[in-house]
Amino acid sequence: MNPLERVGSSVIDGLGYVGGLSTQLWSALCASPRVLPIVGKRGRWRAVIGQMAAIGVDALPMIAVMSVCTGFIVAMQVGAELRRFGALQYVMDTVAIGFTRELGALLTAIVVSGRSGSAFSAEIGTMVVTSEIDALRTMAIDPIEFVIAPKYVAALLVVPCLSVMSNAFGILAGAGFMYVSSKITLAMSLNYVADSIELRDVLTGLLKSSVFAIIVVSVGCMEGFRTRGGPDAVGRSATSAVVKSTFLVILADVFFTAIYYMVRKD
Amino acid sequence: MAEPIISVAGLTVMYGGRCVLDGVSLDIQRGEIMVLLGSSGCGKSTMLRHIIALERPASGTVCVRGVDINRCSAKELEQIRRAMGVAFQEAALFNSMSVKDNVSLPLRELTTLADPVIEIMTYLKLSAVGLGDAEHRMPGELSGGMKKRAAVARAIALDPEILIFDEPSAGLDPIVAAGLDDLILFLKRAFQMTMLVVTHELASAFRIADRIAMLYNGSLVTVADKESFRASADPRIRQFLDRVPDPVGESTTVQSRLCELAGMKGASA
Repeated sequence: MNPLERVGSSVIDGLGYVGGLSTQLWSALCASPRVLPIVGKRGRWRAVIGQMAAIGVDALPMIAVMSVCTGFIVAMQVGAELRRFGALQYVMDTVAIGFTRELGALLTAIVVSGRSGSAFSAEIGTMVVTSEIDALRTMAIDPIEFVIAPKYVAALLVVPCLSVMSNAFGILAGAGFMYVSSKITLAMSLNYVADSIELRDVLTGLLKSSVFAIIVVSVGCMEGFRTRGGPDAVGRSATSAVVKSTFLVILADVFFTAIYYMVRKD
Repeated sequence: MAEPIISVAGLTVMYGGRCVLDGVSLDIQRGEIMVLLGSSGCGKSTMLRHIIALERPASGTVCVRGVDINRCSAKELEQIRRAMGVAFQEAALFNSMSVKDNVSLPLRELTTLADPVIEIMTYLKLSAVGLGDAEHRMPGELSGGMKKRAAVARAIALDPEILIFDEPSAGLDPIVAAGLDDLILFLKRAFQMTMLVVTHELASAFRIADRIAMLYNGSLVTVADKESFRASADPRIRQFLDRVPDPVGESTTVQSRLCELAGMKGASA
């Protein structure tokens, strides 16, 4: 195979992968009403609750610690520079804007990708190699509806909430730095935050986190379904899910930030 | 003769340019136990996966209850799948669910029965396979034979017309395997099901089969009743029945065989 053919083959593979993700997402969205309470199939909403606990509640401690640490790091790095110009009060602006527009959603997506994306891939990959997915199909039970749709619904509900929590922890860490370094009270720090961020920043962060949730679930499930072979293949799928979803999340983040930059008029 | 409940015609399957099944045709009549025999890698499981519509063939048709499962609508395929129960080789039980939940899954998903009715039906199916007291156990706590029985209980949960087994005796000791054979015969008597059993276990095949079909290198060698099959003079069938290994080389001594494997001269010495 010459270099041109190799590039062409990679592009075709990549397009096929994105096409597969889109098809899977569309099928899952069509099936998602059937996993909701009242209108859905009986008991299926329990799977959504279970996934919400696994994706959201269980990830909260790690997201809290990472957000607090990142909030401190950002505040200290920015504070060291701004102190030289006597503009220490702008530390809170930087932390608040940084988290609401960017870091909250990104940190959350990275944690969810590492925890849940790999878990989805391993779970579905194991189901594939042990013929459980085949068993579902032969029982006339749609694997998309039974296995994937609850994950999408749960992730779309809890990942934006986790992102908001991440913002809150990051900002509180910044406020903590302000108090330790300059005895600026929490109330005053929160005033700086209220003055610096706009509703648009929060909504952008929430939209981003929803898209990141879709990417993490899509890639995790897709890698699981593509698993062939034995237990080692399950491990490779889990690794691949984390690497690909983190890459796609950062790619999507660049895209979002570029759009935000272009449409911003002031 | 009545219309067959499963009719495979000219089934050809290619994997990466290699022909795995070559124009196989087989009719299975309502109420019979058809055993599909063949050595490892001859295409038995591939044929089974096409009969249960998990894969699409390169050419040929698979009709179940008169409907071509590769050309029918999704609704028709769902109806056909509801009429089929499949017990997979590795049982394919859902490891995160108890035995009871595994068996009740198709009842909960595909019927509108009330929960107490589902509980009773689940218990009946588990009792029918001798697992009435194991309903709260997890699949990981079951032995190989119990897992296969639980898989059978799940396969018969919706009282299917057709029951399909993939290697039911594989990996089981002769006593447990004989118990599974008894279970298959009991299910046929009790529920008048049509059964397709894919296996390479001769003892099991001769015990349960009404007719035996044999695959050899992707082609169907014969479809016959037990006695005709046992008396067949076809060299491929005789090799299978008499357990004659394929020749792996021309050497007669260990030393010459090792030389042959190493590609050294004097291999035939």
